[in-house]
Amino acid sequence: MSVDAATVRRIARLSRIALPEQDVPVMQAEINAILGFVEQLGEVNVDGVEPMTSVTPMALKMRDDVVTDGEKAGKVTANAPQSEDHYFLVPKVVE
Amino acid sequence: MTDLTQLTLTEAREGLAGKHFTAVELAEAHLAAIEAARALNAYVLETPEQALAMAKAADARLARGEAGRLEGIPIGVKDLFATEGVRTTASSRILGNFVPTYESTVTSQLWRDGAVMLGKLNNDEFAMGSSNETSAFGPVVNPFLPANWSAEKGKAALGGDKKGLLVPGGSSGGSSAAVAAHLCLGATATDTGGSIRQPAAFTGTVGIKPTYGRCSRWGIVAFASSLDQAGPIAKTVRDCAALMTSMAGHDPKDSTSVDVAVPDFEAAIGRSVAGKTIGIPREYRVEGMPAEIEALWKKGADMLRAAGARIVDVSLPHTKYALPAYYIVAPAEASSNLARYDGVRYGLRVPGKDITDLYEQTRAQGFGREVKRRIMIGTYVLSAGYYDAYYLRAQKIRTLIKKDFEDVYAAGVDAILTPATPSAAFGIAEMADADPVQMYLNDIFTVTVNMAGLPGLALPGGTDASGLPLGLQLIGRPFDEETLFSLGAVIEDQAGRVTAARWW
Repeated sequence: MSVDAATVRRIARLSRIALPEQDVPVMQAEINAILGFVEQLGEVNVDGVEPMTSVTPMALKMRDDVVTDGEKAGKVTANAPQSEDHYFLVPKVVE
Repeated sequence: MTDLTQLTLTEAREGLAGKHFTAVELAEAHLAAIEAARALNAYVLETPEQALAMAKAADARLARGEAGRLEGIPIGVKDLFATEGVRTTASSRILGNFVPTYESTVTSQLWRDGAVMLGKLNNDEFAMGSSNETSAFGPVVNPFLPANWSAEKGKAALGGDKKGLLVPGGSSGGSSAAVAAHLCLGATATDTGGSIRQPAAFTGTVGIKPTYGRCSRWGIVAFASSLDQAGPIAKTVRDCAALMTSMAGHDPKDSTSVDVAVPDFEAAIGRSVAGKTIGIPREYRVEGMPAEIEALWKKGADMLRAAGARIVDVSLPHTKYALPAYYIVAPAEASSNLARYDGVRYGLRVPGKDITDLYEQTRAQGFGREVKRRIMIGTYVLSAGYYDAYYLRAQKIRTLIKKDFEDVYAAGVDAILTPATPSAAFGIAEMADADPVQMYLNDIFTVTVNMAGLPGLALPGGTDASGLPLGLQLIGRPFDEETLFSLGAVIEDQAGRVTAARWW
């Protein structure tokens, strides 16, 4: 399988990465090189094989459903590029 | 006084205990070496004030007889580990001047045991790379010189464009270079497809990727969560075991961290390996493998045989599919993990005409090329219509790869011996025009281990004709890192260490 330029633009949009038009051909060639490389996986018979969900056989631990963290809005917003009164500031989203 | 930076971690610990020097003196010697080696670009941030304060506190505890197992030992920290109050960037522009308000579990355990932080180490951006050339801080220089280069030629290149000098491997290239250049006594690193073991092999150092779940991932910048593991890079097998003992352990803050007891890994050094069965997988004899690597592999097997181990041929039939399957699974997980870099909560923000434009511009300018490509591949293989053909199939193949190892271990094999890499270190910018798959082939021998969640130890087995280090890899059963340390010590005793003379 290989991707065309329109698909590359669509993936960039889904990835939320602005991709200038002049960069599309290079990205397309690189993605296709990788897709060509992974194509060999089609040779493997995977009938009846379970997809891996956990590499170590372990049951995830459960903990009590209680609040264990919080009350540190100052720390949470400390690295924000723009914030005010412990809120993150973003461009207007709703008209 | 002898140059304290030339000591191993173990020797330094003995020297501190014997009061031959202080932790402050040890830290000062390393800080001076770091300053003199800035051109290697191993450190992206030096923390001398913190180092001296921690060393002073270590000296006080040593004087009171309250020393921890790593008391006063100066180490470097890969810039993927969150360090409280100290800038952490994953060597990416998108994290900018991010200063964590918390400490990663692994580093907090090292400080608990008395270790001293010298600074943060360079790496490939978000740990994506095999040469440390994708870092936003630029490449790191391997302290080993290329074949037939004089110190003068090396110095001249170091002051120029660095072309021709060797890469230290990646993604933990700052860690491997810093250890090999004596800029710390050990370093933290991470390994998603070979990022501890390949750099260790390129620099004559020792690195272990522990069993998945052995070390907490909490506070480590995530790349591919089902594959990422933290581990140490050090000068010797024993030093590596000492660091690992502090770094490992269950952590309630990481749900995939496994609740098993942590042994004193150092106790495995010197343990007899007589009667151990070592598998040699025929599928690792790849086409075009240099004769030197083949010879090294045989030599490694001979060393283990000489120590009483039994060498048997084994088969891991799905080996060749590990790398292509990895290049579906890892980018898929990365595309999801890196969705958090949105220009809103931390790091770089590039203004846009609306919120979507803000995301797209921030991510376009913040991420480097390799990272963008992997995010896009991951997005594609997870997208509607392609999920089954790519992602689901890769996860099924991962099950088969793991089963290959389970079958071999069930047949009585204790550990597996392979080369660590298909070549010695290559030159900076040498791969610039190659297609991305050529760079990915660096991890062909290491990536299987991540896919199966197993422990893997890389250590020097010898050198090529020009004196560059070549690494061997030992792969173990889940949670049996101890056998790897025992076997590694046997190889180290016979092969000796491979060290770089200072020329920078």
